[in-house]
Amino acid sequence: MNTEFIIEAAKAIQQSILANEHTLESLDRAIGDGDHYINMKRGANVIVEIEAELAPLKPSEALNKIGIKLLSTIGGASGPLLASFFISMAKVLESQAHENQGLKENGDESTLKIATAFAAGVQAIIQRGKANLGEKTMLDVLIPVSNQFVLLTTQNCDIKLICATLIHTAEQGMLATKDLIATKGRAAGLGERAIGHIDPGAKSCQLMIEAVCKLSLKELNG
Amino acid sequence: MKKFINKIDNILIESLSGFATAHSDLVTLHLDPNFLTRKNKAQNKVAVISGGGSGHEPLHAGYIGYGMLDAACPGHVFTSPTPDQMLMAAEAVHADKGILFIVKNYAGDVMNFEMAAEMLPFESATVLTSDDCAVINSTYTTGRRGVAGTVIVEKCVGSLAETGADLQTCKALGDKVNNRTASIGIALTSCTVPAAGRPTFDIGDTELEMGVGIHGEPGRRRETMREADELVRDCVDAILADFKARDLDTANNSEALLLINGFGATPLMELYLIYNTAAKLFSQHSIQISRSLVGNYTTALDMAGASVTLCLLDDEIKRHWDSPVHTAALRHER
Repeated sequence: MNTEFIIEAAKAIQQSILANEHTLESLDRAIGDGDHYINMKRGANVIVEIEAELAPLKPSEALNKIGIKLLSTIGGASGPLLASFFISMAKVLESQAHENQGLKENGDESTLKIATAFAAGVQAIIQRGKANLGEKTMLDVLIPVSNQFVLLTTQNCDIKLICATLIHTAEQGMLATKDLIATKGRAAGLGERAIGHIDPGAKSCQLMIEAVCKLSLKELNG
Repeated sequence: MKKFINKIDNILIESLSGFATAHSDLVTLHLDPNFLTRKNKAQNKVAVISGGGSGHEPLHAGYIGYGMLDAACPGHVFTSPTPDQMLMAAEAVHADKGILFIVKNYAGDVMNFEMAAEMLPFESATVLTSDDCAVINSTYTTGRRGVAGTVIVEKCVGSLAETGADLQTCKALGDKVNNRTASIGIALTSCTVPAAGRPTFDIGDTELEMGVGIHGEPGRRRETMREADELVRDCVDAILADFKARDLDTANNSEALLLINGFGATPLMELYLIYNTAAKLFSQHSIQISRSLVGNYTTALDMAGASVTLCLLDDEIKRHWDSPVHTAALRHER
């Protein structure tokens, strides 16, 4: 992963969010307060807009800048949560860069480093949101994906297999929120009324993971 | 959607500009990041800052001024403001006695104010308001929502801060007022977030949402429309049950403040009708309504509906409620 990939990933995420306007809006109308799509769109757009500022940065600096920008742009709960993710991910990459481990010859971050940083990002969301698995939030996608990502990279799995598995894991996690009672997040006040509805935050996280994994697969396939 | 709009992206800025111009004797508007401050910076007092998503006007900017807030941070419609707004606002109004944030208990607001407090170079404390008794407080929820009772908290804390009281004393009063306050709302129609362009929720012509939140988010249950007296009775009963569950003593002719708050599209005529019934019902439970507020104080854009808020007074709260205040939306004479 290099900064060029991060920028391409931001564009892929933007396209995916925009293409799913109707889905995200109707999910949030069912169990949220109706602003999720607007917030995600605002966040996705602003990162693509600062492409030129990101381009000269190291991957860790670019991710940190993305976090800070999202923090001052999105608002709501998604802002601090996503910002905490990127800022923590950046910190891990930065500290590992100092140790000069895992950096490939071409300046790319190794897959294991990315998985470790991703896991740290998810941990930051858990702490900021004071939520965990099974509470009908974005974490129902992010935690299983993070666990799989770390597991597969420590087993030295092929990147194609990792991407394909993560797309599947994200989708399973997203679909599983449908049958959950919300105990945290936007639908927490609804009790059983939220059963039968997929969590919009889980859906947008699944879309983002799918977009980045598909981009990765596309680049591998040349 | 039929609204007064030039360009959807400009609604907030144009509205804030109008507010700041109309009340140029009281507030100053700062843009990018957006926040409003008191016209004349107060000295040697705890700086009281609130904020939240826009669409609840006059909350919070309407309460900037002597005896209430020093600054307010408006977010996008129904979306929490961001930490950079709080940090800049704090920088502007800080007067050497620390910053007190008054935050409605919604996940987004809590997290953004929390990050701001962590990044702040000054001492700070936070009062989380959670007066909405529609959503039952338990380990399985994110807690009760902060709604119209927030106005009472801001008024009393603002009054105390003017006396030069320290940060922890101001926080303690805010927490006390919040603990002695309960609210519940009813929606008759949905609101429409301008950028979304269509109603936030579907509700039939003969339906109402009991316990609705101030963003049109669902409350306790969907019901069929009934007579006003019956609806108000359910609200009063919910509030009394909540006080009882929290061991708040309402016996012995307790004095209370009754706030009937409109959500934006319900006429004052109906709000006073609600007041009429609510005051009678509370007095039947030996609660003496000695202070009243009726009007649109914490709105939900163009939602039709209203909320009932009761705050149990004591001498301290009464004194700070009665003290002079000079803001765009609330004014008591000196």
